Amino acid sequence: MARKTIKVDYLARVEGEGGLKVTIEEGVVKSAQLNIFEPPRFFEAFMRGRHYTETPDIVARICGICPVAYQMSAVHALENLFGIRLTGQLRALRRLLYCGEWIESHVLHIYMLHAPDFLGYEGAIDMARDHSMLVRQGLEMKKIGNDILTLVGGREIHPINVKVGGFHRAPRKNEFAPLIEKLKWARETAIKTVEWAAELDFPDRQRDYIFVALKHEEEYPFNEGHITSNHGLNISAQDYDAYFSEQHVPYSTALQSRLRQCGSAYLVGPLARYNLNFDQLSPLTKELAHAAGIAGSCRNPYQSILVRALEVVYAFDEALSILINYEQPEYSFVDVKLKAGRGFAATEAPRGLLYHRYELDQAGLILDAQIVPPTSQNQASIEEDLKEFIGGFMDLPEEQLQHKCEQTVRNYDPCISCATHFLKLEIDRV
Amino acid sequence: MSRASQPPRLAVWKFASCDGCQLSLLDCEDQILTLATAIEIAYFPEARRASVHGHYDISLVEGSVTTQHDAERIQEIRGRSRFLITIGACATSGGIQALRNFADVKEYAALVYAHPEYISTLDVSTPISDHVKVDFELRGCPINKGQLIDVLSALLIGRRPITPAQSVCVECKLKGNICILVSQAVPCMGPVTHAGCGALCPSYLRGCYGCFGPKETPNASALSNRLEEIGMNNEAIRRLYSTFNVNATPFREEKERHGT
Repeated sequence: MARKTIKVDYLARVEGEGGLKVTIEEGVVKSAQLNIFEPPRFFEAFMRGRHYTETPDIVARICGICPVAYQMSAVHALENLFGIRLTGQLRALRRLLYCGEWIESHVLHIYMLHAPDFLGYEGAIDMARDHSMLVRQGLEMKKIGNDILTLVGGREIHPINVKVGGFHRAPRKNEFAPLIEKLKWARETAIKTVEWAAELDFPDRQRDYIFVALKHEEEYPFNEGHITSNHGLNISAQDYDAYFSEQHVPYSTALQSRLRQCGSAYLVGPLARYNLNFDQLSPLTKELAHAAGIAGSCRNPYQSILVRALEVVYAFDEALSILINYEQPEYSFVDVKLKAGRGFAATEAPRGLLYHRYELDQAGLILDAQIVPPTSQNQASIEEDLKEFIGGFMDLPEEQLQHKCEQTVRNYDPCISCATHFLKLEIDRV
Repeated sequence: MSRASQPPRLAVWKFASCDGCQLSLLDCEDQILTLATAIEIAYFPEARRASVHGHYDISLVEGSVTTQHDAERIQEIRGRSRFLITIGACATSGGIQALRNFADVKEYAALVYAHPEYISTLDVSTPISDHVKVDFELRGCPINKGQLIDVLSALLIGRRPITPAQSVCVECKLKGNICILVSQAVPCMGPVTHAGCGALCPSYLRGCYGCFGPKETPNASALSNRLEEIGMNNEAIRRLYSTFNVNATPFREEKERHGT
C-alpha cells in the first residue's frame, strides 16, 4: 500500500509553536493533524483570585499579536456583569483601538506571513529583495495601524490604557491630527493592496463551511453583536457554552471547539465575518469587493488574504471616520458599581470570535474565568481543509506538496500562542 | 563581531511566551529592512520558513523555561550562540506564568484541561539565566523596540547598549510628569521599576504596574509602606508584585513579605 506522511515539525510564519502531520494512503488523505506543542501557561487558573481591575492587563499577555482583542473581550464581559454599556466617544475609541489591531495584525499576515506563499519566497525579507516597494508599503501600513494602537492604547503591544468602564485617559482631539493625513494615505494603499491581492493565483478550492461571527444591526462587528452563523444560529454571548463545546481529543493538543448540537467543526475569522456581515461594510469596501469578484460571498480559504485586505480597507475607512468625528469626552471612563455574578462577552479578534466569561465575588475577585480563543475554534476546520484539499495537490513534488499543506494552515493566520490550552504530543513516524 | 566579512547571523528563539517580544522585531517597520542588510536573519520561524543551521552570532531568546524539553533546548542553543540576549519579562524573570511557582501545578492543569494527565510541564517557570549564561538582558513586558534596535546596533558597532537601570521615576521627571503617587495617591510601582518604557503608565494617568521588573537596588519595602499609608491592604500589595515579574527576586520577596 502506498503510504506517505508529510510532516512539518515546526510551522513557520505562524504565531507560536505548532507542527503538522498529514498521512496519505493510495493518494487519499487519511488523517491530518495540527499539533500544538506550545507549552501551557494556565491563564484561566491564575486568573482566579485576581481583582477584576487587573483583568485587562493580565489577559493581554495571552497574545502579543492581538492583546487588544483579549482586553476588549475581558472589559466587555465585566461590563456585562456590572450593567455598563459604553456609548458615544468612549464606544468609538474602543472601536478605533480595535481598528488599529486589525490593521496591524492583518497587514502583518498579508504581507509578511501569507504573501510569500503566493509569490514563492521563504519570508518577507527575502521577498523584499525583488519586491521592495510591495514590502515597504506593507510595513508602512502596519506602522500606521500600530500608530493608532500607540495613541489610543499607549503602546502597540500590551496597551496600558484600557480599563473596565472606559480608558485611563481619553486622547485630546489635537493628538489625532497628525494621524488623519497618514490614514488617508494608508487607505489608498490598502485599496491598492486589494487590487494586488485580487490578481494572485488562488487554488480553486471551496468548502461549505459553517461560518460563525458576531453580527450587529448597524455596523461591521468589533465589540458588539449576536453570535450568528449561516446555519441559523443567533444567540447572545451568555449562551455560548450551551451551543459550543471545547474538547480535549486524545490525539491532539490544544482544545478543539465544536458545535455542541451536531458536533461539527466551524470557521471563525475574516471569512466568517465577511460572509455574514457583507452588507455592513463601507460603500468603498463593497465596491472593491465587487471589482475583486468576491462580492457578498467567499468560500475559498486561499482567498482569505483578499478578504483580509478588504477588512483592512474597512478598518482604515472606519478609523478615519471615527477620528474625523472625534471630540474628547468629558470623562475617560464611567464609574463601576461592584457586584458579584457572571459576565459574558464575545468580540471579533483579527482571527475571529473570542469568548470570555468571568465570575466575580462580592469583593470583585475572580472566582472563575473561561477564555476561548479563535485559533482553538478553527483547529477542527483547519484539519478538515487539509483532508479535503490536499488530495487535489498530489501531483506536486514532495517539497511543493508540503509547502501547500503549510499554506493551507496559514490561510487561517493561526495564533498558536493564543490557543494554548495545549499539551505535548508524540508523533508516530510511518 | 562578524565572521570574516560575513554579516553576523541572528537567530530568534521562542520559549513559553506570548510572542509579543519577537513581534517587536517585526514592529521595527522603519529599521527591519536596513537591519536585514547588516545582519543575516538566519533563524526566525515566526517570519521566515527557511532556516540556516549551525552557529549564530546573536541569539535573541524570548520566553521562560517551563518544560523539560525546553530546559534541554536552551543548553543546545547556548552552545550554538556567541551572544545570547534574553528579551522580555518571561525570558528575564519567568514571566506571568511564574505564578505557578507559588501554586500547585497539578491543580492548575486540572482547572484548564479535561485530561490533565496529558500535560507535561515543570512545576516552575524559570528565567533563561537560571539555566545558561546570558550575555545581556533586555527588560519589559513587552520590550521597548527602540531598546532592541539599540542593543543590536551596539553589538554591531562594538559598544555598550544604552539601557539605564534607573527607576521609572527618573523617566517621569525627564518627561515633566506630575507624580501621581504624591499628588493623587494613585498606587504606582515607578519607584522600584526598571526604566525603559518612557514612564508610559503615569503619562496615561495610571500607576506603573512594574512590567519592566525591578530596577537596580530597589527599596520595595519603603514603597510598600507608602502604599499602606494611602490605604492598600496586604492582599492588594501582594497582588501588585504578583504579575509579569513575580519571580524577579526583589518583587518576589516583597510579595512574600505580604503573605502567601
